[in-house]
Order: sequence, then C-alpha cells, then structure tokens
Amino acid sequence: MTPGVQPAAMAVVVDRLRVVRGGTTAIDDLSLSVAAGSVTGLLGPSGSGKSTLLRAIVGVQRIKAGTIEVLGVEAGSPALRSRVAYVTQAPSVYMDLSVAENLRYFARLLGVPAARIDRALESVALSGLSNRIVGSLSGGERTRVSLASALLGDPELLVLDEPTVGLDPLLRRDLWNLFRELAAAGTTLLVSSHVMDEADRCNELLLLRDGVLLASGTPDELRAATGTQALDDVFLRLIEASA
Amino acid sequence: MSVRSTEATAIRVLTQLRRDPRTILLIVGVPCVLEVLLKEIFAGRPALFEHVGAPLLGLFPFISMFVVTSVTMLRERTSGTLERLMSMPPGKLDIVGGYAIAFASVAAVQATAVSIVAFGVLDLRVAGPRWGVVLLAVANATLGMALGLFVSAFATTEFQAVEFMPAFVFPQLLLCGLFVARSDMARWLQVVADALPLSYAYDALARDAAGGPYGGRFAADVAVTVAAIVIALTLGAVTLRRRTP
Repeated sequence: MTPGVQPAAMAVVVDRLRVVRGGTTAIDDLSLSVAAGSVTGLLGPSGSGKSTLLRAIVGVQRIKAGTIEVLGVEAGSPALRSRVAYVTQAPSVYMDLSVAENLRYFARLLGVPAARIDRALESVALSGLSNRIVGSLSGGERTRVSLASALLGDPELLVLDEPTVGLDPLLRRDLWNLFRELAAAGTTLLVSSHVMDEADRCNELLLLRDGVLLASGTPDELRAATGTQALDDVFLRLIEASA
Repeated sequence: MSVRSTEATAIRVLTQLRRDPRTILLIVGVPCVLEVLLKEIFAGRPALFEHVGAPLLGLFPFISMFVVTSVTMLRERTSGTLERLMSMPPGKLDIVGGYAIAFASVAAVQATAVSIVAFGVLDLRVAGPRWGVVLLAVANATLGMALGLFVSAFATTEFQAVEFMPAFVFPQLLLCGLFVARSDMARWLQVVADALPLSYAYDALARDAAGGPYGGRFAADVAVTVAAIVIALTLGAVTLRRRTP
C-alpha cells in the first residue's frame, strides 16, 4: 500500500458466508467487501445467489455460517434499521394506497419529516403521480415508488435488487445518474443487475455465479485481466475460466 | 413500543380498508342480514330467537373479523411489504398493535351496527344492559381479529387462510355452549371447550343477555377473553420474523 494513502473504509465486509435455502446451498464460503461511498454492482445470472446475498447483507436472511459486517456492526443489528435501506426486486409497497400515502407511512415509521417525501418523489421523477393509487401505475413506476420509499431516511447504505428491470432506457439512465449523485454525496450503493451495460456505470463489480464469487474489481481491471473490451465478453471469459 | 409507529400502522390499515368499500359493506352488512334471517327462521318460536339472538350478536363479528384479519395479514406477509417493515425501525408489537387498533375499531362499528338492527329493528330483548351486550360483541370481534392475525402465520396462500376459518372457528362455535349447554356434553368435550377462548367470550355474552348474575364467574369470563386477545396478539407478533430461511 502506498504510504500516506488511507485504505478505503468498507461499508460491507462479508467473511466466509454460507447460506442454505430450501436444503440447497445458495451461497458457499463467500468473502467480499464493498467500499464506502462507491456504487458497487453485483452481477450474475438469475439463480446465482444475488438476491440471497443482498438479503443477508440487509439482515433479513437467516445465514448458516460466516459473518457480515455492515457499517461497522453485525448485519441485521437494530441500529442498522434506519441506516440501511433495501429495495426488493418486486416493489414492496401497498398497491391499494396512493403514492403519497405509501411514502407518508414509511416516513412516519422512519421518523423523518413529511417534507422529505417531495424530495424523494422528485429524485425518482414521480412528483406528478403522488395522488395516484400504486396499483394503477405501470411496473416501472411501482419500482420507483419502492425506491423513493427507500430514499426517505437518507440511508448510509442503499441495497437495490435489480432496480432498473422494466424501465425504458431514458429512465434507466436517469436512475443511474441518481445513483452516482447519491454516491458522490457519500451514500454507498450496492446494486444487483443482470444487464451488462449497467456494469460500466459502477465503480466496482462483483461477479457471482452459483453462490461463488468469480471475480471482483473495477470494470477496467476486469477488462485488463481478461483481455477483452465488452463486459459481456469479460464475463464469458471468466465463466469459461472457472468451468 | 413506539406510539408513532403503532398509530401510523393503524391509520395505514384503515386507509387500505377505506379503499375497499365492498369489504366494509360485507363486514358491516352481513352480520345484520344474518341477524334478520335468524329472526325470520325463528318467527314461530320467538323464545329461541331471544335465546340465541344475543350471543350471535357477538359470534357473527367473531367469525367475520377472523377471516378479514387473517387474509389482510397474509397479504402483508406475501407481498414483500412485511419484509420491508422488518428491515425498518418499528418493533413487531408496533405493527401488530396498529393492526389491532385498526380492526378493533372496525369491529366496534360492526358490533354497533348489528346491535342497532337487533335491538332497534328486530326488537331483540335481553335481561341485562344492552350496552353490555354491545361491548361484549366488540370483545368477541376483537378476539376473532387477534386469532386471525395469529393463524395467518400458518397459511401460505389466501385459500389456506380462508380454510382456517372452519378449522379454527367452527369447533369453537360447536363447543362454546350455543348449540348444546356445555354441562350436557361428554366430559372430554367439556375439557376441550374449557381450553377454547370462545367458550369464555360466549359465557360472558350469554350471562349478560340473561341478566346476570354478574359475580366472580362473569368477571373471570371477561378476564379470560381479554387475556386471550392479548396472548393471541403477542403470539401474532412473535410469528413476525426479522430473518426468514
């Protein structure tokens, strides 16, 4: 390490994690870390254990072995419940309530002032829809209601499970810009995706396959390591090399 | 426990219910229609209507609140919103407490409506104070709500939640003493009935309808009913899991 340069603080440190779901090992002996203030992409095919890993980091997944430290304390600690926000793959908001009613409820639970609601809606471009019933919105709009709910408490760590599925390219670009803005302001983002063109938007990448970490590094590091340009090819190389 | 989270949850659940006027109509209207039906089928035997009319004021709400609450809570469990809540600051008792307050207030409206129909329209006569019957009907409905909240933990689909109604509710109805006095049942049935919360809720209601006596037994029946509500709500809170397999 270069003298004088502090090692980046880690927002998440996973050490020898093992998760068993429904009798099969979903994650086996996994160790990785996520740098604070970064946008880290968790990539891998569906069924690779991405959601399970995110659930474990948020502290809602029962784990078999290993440790997970989040913002310096054990994952799932009560102290983390207002510092970490989690957006599941399916929008976990109330379909029979309006956008504003959903956000008002979550704001009350977090103990944040109602003024935050407008800001959260603005950042996901939903301001015009605040009185609409969520069930009447499109899939992409519902996802953004879920995301806005997670932004309410200004979390230090934002865990997002495939937040851009079903969004048009313009919205996807806007959301990734938002993620970069949040990271620039100090928030750590851990974002899962199976779309490779989103990988280039991340500072760091983690490639997961069958519950095992195949590779990690910046997009450029991974390109250099595999001698290919397109990230799609990078992953094909890495998967072939591991087989 | 946080008052803010409990209150916010109660308001949220009530807002959801308000969005579903058909369900409200069913909750409030069906027991009233059933009470009318009861009066009509016993038109030739008014004494029987007097005998079962008052207890059923409490038992109809018991059944409907059981179903409505277990399905609502199951939805929360399966839609992912419970997982979100469990990753957020509120305590489990805040969530369950919010549900309890919301549905208990619906139960109060329901029990009041069916009492107005029974006393005002159908001319049901009870020996004890009518407000006592109304209060005990609310307690019955709240008991149904608390049990529904608890058993929703054991259902994975809405079909199962609805099927829990005959499984959990009918045996209690048969054994509570409405159809056959518990003292006339076989000994083992009496033992089973003594273990079921509805037996006590029914006894209190029947005793008040009969005009007493309001001695220690009545107080004990009310106390057991309230305790069963609290225990079922606490068990309901325990079934909310922060971490799932």
